[in-house]
Amino acid sequence: MGLPETKQSETEARVNALTMPGGAAWAVEARNEALARVQAKGMPARRDEYWKFTKPTRFVSVEPTPAALFDAQEEPMFDGIERLKVVFVDGVFDADASDDLAAENLEIGRLADATQADIHWVKDLYGMLETRGQDPVDRPLAALNTAFATDGVVLRATGPVARPVSIEYLHASESSDAILHHVIRVEEGASLTVLETGPAAARFNKCMEVDVADGAAFHHIRMQGRDHERQAVTHSFGRLGRESVYKSFTLTVNGVLTRNEHVLELLGDDAVAHIAGACAGDGDFHHDDTVFITHDAVNCESRQVFKKVLRNGAVGVFQGKILVKEGAQKTDGYQISQSLLLDDDSQFLAKPELEIYADDVACSHGSTTGAIDETALFYLQSRGVPKSIATDLLVLSFMAEAIDEIEDERLRDDIQARLEGWLARRRS
Amino acid sequence: MLDIKNLHVKLEEEDKVILKGVNLSIGSGEVHAIMGPNGSGKSTLSYVLSGKDGYEVTDGEAALEGADLLDMEPEERAAAGLFLAFQYPVEIPGVGNMTFLRTAVNAQRKARGEDELSAGEFLKVVRERAKTLKIDADMLKRPVNVGFSGGEKKRNEILQMAMLEPKMCVLDETDSGLDVDAMKLVSEGVNALRSEGRSFLVITHYQRLLDHIKPDVVHIMADGRIIKTGGPELALEVENNGYADILAEMA
Ligand SMILES: Nc1ncnc2c1ncn2[C@@H]1O[C@H](COP(=O)(O)OP(=O)(O)OP(=O)(O)O)[C@@H](O)[C@H]1O
Ligand SMILES: [Mg+2]
Repeated sequence: MGLPETKQSETEARVNALTMPGGAAWAVEARNEALARVQAKGMPARRDEYWKFTKPTRFVSVEPTPAALFDAQEEPMFDGIERLKVVFVDGVFDADASDDLAAENLEIGRLADATQADIHWVKDLYGMLETRGQDPVDRPLAALNTAFATDGVVLRATGPVARPVSIEYLHASESSDAILHHVIRVEEGASLTVLETGPAAARFNKCMEVDVADGAAFHHIRMQGRDHERQAVTHSFGRLGRESVYKSFTLTVNGVLTRNEHVLELLGDDAVAHIAGACAGDGDFHHDDTVFITHDAVNCESRQVFKKVLRNGAVGVFQGKILVKEGAQKTDGYQISQSLLLDDDSQFLAKPELEIYADDVACSHGSTTGAIDETALFYLQSRGVPKSIATDLLVLSFMAEAIDEIEDERLRDDIQARLEGWLARRRS
Repeated sequence: MLDIKNLHVKLEEEDKVILKGVNLSIGSGEVHAIMGPNGSGKSTLSYVLSGKDGYEVTDGEAALEGADLLDMEPEERAAAGLFLAFQYPVEIPGVGNMTFLRTAVNAQRKARGEDELSAGEFLKVVRERAKTLKIDADMLKRPVNVGFSGGEKKRNEILQMAMLEPKMCVLDETDSGLDVDAMKLVSEGVNALRSEGRSFLVITHYQRLLDHIKPDVVHIMADGRIIKTGGPELALEVENNGYADILAEMA
């Protein structure tokens, strides 16, 4: 079946403008297969059901829309935390700014090197979870990433890794277009925390494949860069083994366009997956959280908590699905997506979905849109709290359920401080 | 301390007039009580004084120590020394009671050009004042009023008052929902705050509270006006005979 004409030509133009990196035979094969997926699916278009709420044009265009550089004028994120830094500038690895790529219980390297070599776990994983994630919904931008990613980080935890690995994305060129792909394997009983921070590029396409083995734990905390004009599409593909844990939190403040997709499969019994996100947008801001969680084992728990604070015409999108397959009994699935609109110009579009083929499950979902509680606001003001501070307190209390998903206290405090800073800078 | 002259208030959204010319003067250090039938406008008066949205002052004035209250934002009125203990205290999920108290105390200090209290100093004072009101550490940690019983909410209002040390305290039915022991506690809390520089306006339906908090002056409000003013004996009269006689006398 051929693609519609525009889609066909847009896809060709996009693909032709990119150069596929070379590498070992397996890597070239994986990339060519990914390219075939791109060509079969075509680049996303506004008419696609999955892109109903978010215009994909800027992700699809041949040239990226430039994004002005932004001086955040604050301490780098996670600065007070003992971490292993891996730095990319506009998608290009910066060895000088990075730490030695070595840590106990950890194999760590660059994708650009790993695709030249023959590392079994990279070979097994690269493009594999992304491919699995293409069913039942097409994710062509992820396939495009697998085909053309220029670099990334490959990580294999073989035991508890003490220091978080912090991938820091700097943005130095107004017209940069970065495609990075990380491959992560957390072996049986091992644990790993990955941090991500920074704007990365004018346009950033990032894909992360995370394979969490039986009894392993993966934690992910991300703060997306504050550059107002940056655009990012990210995919996190996760596969969870028996009694494994996968927990991810993202804070997004600013960014003209962001689409974060999480695609998780719970394949082993008693696995736990938590995905949370807090975003705060002011003005020209469009933020899309798209989540697809598949329960395919017994007694697993999944939890999605997304909170959005929007003002001055900012737009928030949530598309979240829980699919409980036949036999996935005792599934405990929870999903909440809420927005707080600080004015009438802002907008929240939500599509929560449950699809359940097992009979002994407890799944709940809820989505709400609301304004600041005027009664609470007056109560605070009547105690002498100025309106702007009272509003911030109520915003923070609204965000708390998402922020509280971060288990590590220092990381939680750091994220909380960023959010407070963002609010304080906007106090009227 | 508080001077209300000819205050007329209507609802902003509808053509409903609620206060129809309220006159009230409370001197420094005095305790006044307002009684009156349901719906006579007592809470409305307290809301208008503290600056709640939704009401329109069509005539008259209200001043705190000579400063025009009606011109100020609610937080400015608070900083100027006005405090309202709500008839229905508001629950604020997600905001810790302690954070709330500290934010309020420091915001007022800042507005008055005073130094903020350090976390340590603040904690010490809160603990001490909470203890006398039998508010335990757990209630201080919980979100503001969330899951508090009716009586706990009222005690929490008095704790806020004790922490903020206002000059003019308006208590709207602080006795409702309190058991006998809690009523004593709250009254003791209020009495402990009585001083020459601090005045009280106590809105209540029952003489009981006024046994504990002895008023200097009692006002009766009906249909948006103060229709009678007297000494503590007026409250006893209401307790014994209801409002019928007073209303008839005025008609
Ligand atoms: N926001 C509002 N919208 C509609 N009606 C209102 C509003 N506020 C007050 N009212 C009306 O104004 C009148 C006075 O109400 P208020 O609450 O001030 O009475 P009250 O004297 O405090 O009564 P109670 O003793 O029952 O507490 C009532 O008829 C009430 O319904
Ligand atoms: Mg009332």
